Amino acid sequence: MIEAQGLTRYYGDFAALRDATFTIPDGEIVGFLGLNGAGKSTVLKILAGLLLPSAGKVTIDGIDATTQPDALRRKIGFLPEDPPLYGEMRIAEFLEWVGQLKGRSRAQVRAALPEVLEQCELTDFQDRVISELSHGYKKRVGIAHAIIHKPDVVILDEPISGLDPQQIVQMRAVVRNLTANATVLISSHILSEISLTCERVLMIHQGRLVMDGGPKELGGRSSEGRLLRLELRGDRAKVDDALAESPLVSKAELRSAEDGLVTADVSLTGDHREKLVAELVTAGFGIRAVSDAVSELEQVFLECTRTQVLDKKAGQRVKV
Amino acid sequence: MRGILLVARRDLGAYFNSYWGFAVIAAVLVIDGLLFNAFALGNTAKYSAKVIEDFFYWSFGLTAIASVFMTMRLVAEERQTGTIVLIDASPIAPWQFVGGKYISAMVVMALLVLSTIYMPALVFVNGKVSYGHLVAGYSGLLLVAAACSAIGTLASAVARSQLVAGVISASMVGFFVLGWMVAKVTDPPLNDLFSYMSFFDRHFRGFGRGQINSEDVVFYLSIVFVSLMLASRFMAARRWR
Repeated sequence: MIEAQGLTRYYGDFAALRDATFTIPDGEIVGFLGLNGAGKSTVLKILAGLLLPSAGKVTIDGIDATTQPDALRRKIGFLPEDPPLYGEMRIAEFLEWVGQLKGRSRAQVRAALPEVLEQCELTDFQDRVISELSHGYKKRVGIAHAIIHKPDVVILDEPISGLDPQQIVQMRAVVRNLTANATVLISSHILSEISLTCERVLMIHQGRLVMDGGPKELGGRSSEGRLLRLELRGDRAKVDDALAESPLVSKAELRSAEDGLVTADVSLTGDHREKLVAELVTAGFGIRAVSDAVSELEQVFLECTRTQVLDKKAGQRVKV
Repeated sequence: MRGILLVARRDLGAYFNSYWGFAVIAAVLVIDGLLFNAFALGNTAKYSAKVIEDFFYWSFGLTAIASVFMTMRLVAEERQTGTIVLIDASPIAPWQFVGGKYISAMVVMALLVLSTIYMPALVFVNGKVSYGHLVAGYSGLLLVAAACSAIGTLASAVARSQLVAGVISASMVGFFVLGWMVAKVTDPPLNDLFSYMSFFDRHFRGFGRGQINSEDVVFYLSIVFVSLMLASRFMAARRWR
């Protein structure tokens, strides 16, 4: 079980992570979701024993990351965003070396190797030189190196970054395979990826944990208070009146464009996209385009951070 | 010890897979051969012992320079390519990592130094050479390689790039090699310090003449110990930041 209590990390004056508290039971697959620079990698590096927290405490199965770092490192398999590989080595040779570096005997590593190669779908490539592999296969070798010593916790930082769609699907299968033997922590800034792969999501925004829940809850949040961008043909004053009177709309900002077009950034009271479009068409406006005013992930962030601000105003402790 | 050997084994492979080790050894052998022919043998009649002494004189400088080139990549390259994460995320102690890196560099340096043996062997053809002279001279060269490689390992542990590591290492080795020149133009007690620190003038000339002084051996080994200890401390400090 992973227990983090009040984890905080400063880089100079900049707080990359603030007061993060969470517990992760054994065998769970958990996604850390956030925009670039949100603090995801910082959390993962602290959990992997690569960074010292400025404050707070983290234990894995009772082993304190600060006081027993070497014991912790034996229990962890960590894959950074760019896999740390020695290009001149062959896959099997590299994995044997890493396994021994992690404290396993050569016999133990050799016994584990076929299963790991199978799990990462590398069996047919084990004698290939690493520098000659494609990016996708290098990622797989990276995952294999993270699990060769049979760790209890596998930490994967942005495992699908730089992969093509086919490789992403294959990587998803590889990652799911890992949960049979270990707790898996993944970071990503891609909401759909986390939703598809993880049982639980911890969302980080500006160094703070702003949400802890399942992917379904995340999907629900992304439709609340949605920001839509509408491109309409019609008189600006009439569009303004129609949106102001609609119970589906909480706020609207309009801009006039050329050729009698109006662009409206609309904040909805719920997920009423179809209803609003139908309402506007019935009112006689021509709908040219409907799109998200901000990305799906930003929508969720906006919702989560808005909730947090409201909670703070009410003087309640924020649950993360 | 297991950790040291693991790191050393992989690093030795890297030297010869990347041809860096071969390239440095080849360059040194070519230059050493030219210097041996031009200056150690020369065009005038010499005693064999003098030829050997001159050979060790030139080999000293080349060994020091080769150590800088051989060690600049040791740790800095891992930092540049990101593979240092493999070490940082492993339960291996910084001193084991530094020790393994140093041993791999020393194996290559020893190969380099010993591969020059054909030059003094040529003197046997028409001259008379004392085996003791050769043993002392090569012991001196190996100790110089050990000290310069340890300094290079320290520079590589401190620097963020191989180039910076090379510059730091070359500066430090240059200071130790040329210290005797500075000693000539400084006042006491600094001149004594510079003179004592001089790798060549104070601590190598004896080896070149076929003498092994325990004071010189202890000096070089002290440089190795202090440099590797500092390198380990730097690695430990960098690991947990």
